[in-house]
Amino acid sequence: MKQVFKRPDCLVDIPFHFCPGCHHGIIHRVVAEVLDEFNLREKAIIAASVGCSVFMYDYFDMDVIEAPHGRAAAVATGVKRARPDNFVFTYQGDGDLAAIGTAEIIHAANRSEKVTVFFVNNTIYGMTGGQMAPTTMIGQLSTTTPRGRDPQEAGHPIHMAELLATLAGTAYSARVAVNNVKNLMKAKKATKQAVRAQLDKKGLGFVEYLSTCPTNWKMTPEKANRRIAEELIPIFPLGVFKEEQAPAEAGVG
Amino acid sequence: MPVTAIEPKGKVTFREDRCKGCGLCVMACPRKLIIVSSRLNNEGYHVAELVDPDRCNGCALCAEMCPDVVIEVWR
Repeated sequence: MKQVFKRPDCLVDIPFHFCPGCHHGIIHRVVAEVLDEFNLREKAIIAASVGCSVFMYDYFDMDVIEAPHGRAAAVATGVKRARPDNFVFTYQGDGDLAAIGTAEIIHAANRSEKVTVFFVNNTIYGMTGGQMAPTTMIGQLSTTTPRGRDPQEAGHPIHMAELLATLAGTAYSARVAVNNVKNLMKAKKATKQAVRAQLDKKGLGFVEYLSTCPTNWKMTPEKANRRIAEELIPIFPLGVFKEEQAPAEAGVG
Repeated sequence: MPVTAIEPKGKVTFREDRCKGCGLCVMACPRKLIIVSSRLNNEGYHVAELVDPDRCNGCALCAEMCPDVVIEVWR
């Protein structure tokens, strides 16, 4: 018998600090497997975010710059422009990318920065204890919306994948989930496309992963996993929202 | 007629010290061969285990769903 599944080389052999059943671990592994596949370990530079994903620098066997909260896309811009031959990516949560870092990601995408952005949306602030995030669904309970998110008072959930797909500089934008193996395979495919968008110099590659937060959703991992299909996907539909076929400059002349 | 043991098609190993007992592998196994056992690891989590290794065909769906890369698969 030969080994068909093992820990990706990009992941350092230490335990994750994530709560039991948190999808961050799965998404870390998906990203690591894809980077292994493209043989990018020696070339990759990560702009890490703030949030539950903050310990990227421990888990990924790569060079990492810890960006100030929300500014990973801006830090990645600088790294990529200074070292265009390296593969540069960010891995950010919804509190990081969709709240404090909204300006950075929108303008990085609009400038068509050749970076890849992995965005984990669990509809809540995980690390700080379950406050409402911009992605929190209408009626969803959080510590700052104890009676559920009221759109009159707290606005609507923000759809980053669709929003970035409207910008000319975005080469690839998709939303995926990892709640079952079928969706996970699609997530791997989307991750590869987002990596290719940078390698082919097409523009910014963006993947939004729907994730659970069993601790702050106050659910068992199993129930939290079911919630993805039952509650999150109807509000955050899965799919590819933009896929640039050729470089933006192509076709000129 | 003597029954000869059939070589199992797959083999999975669980790195129990890393398991957090979340049960996502239990949900993923198409043959329902995995349970969260009553045994505890050093972290105090109930660990997942394979109950019927002979029926495992090494599809690796459990390993795909494991958030802590506990499972390794041979086929």
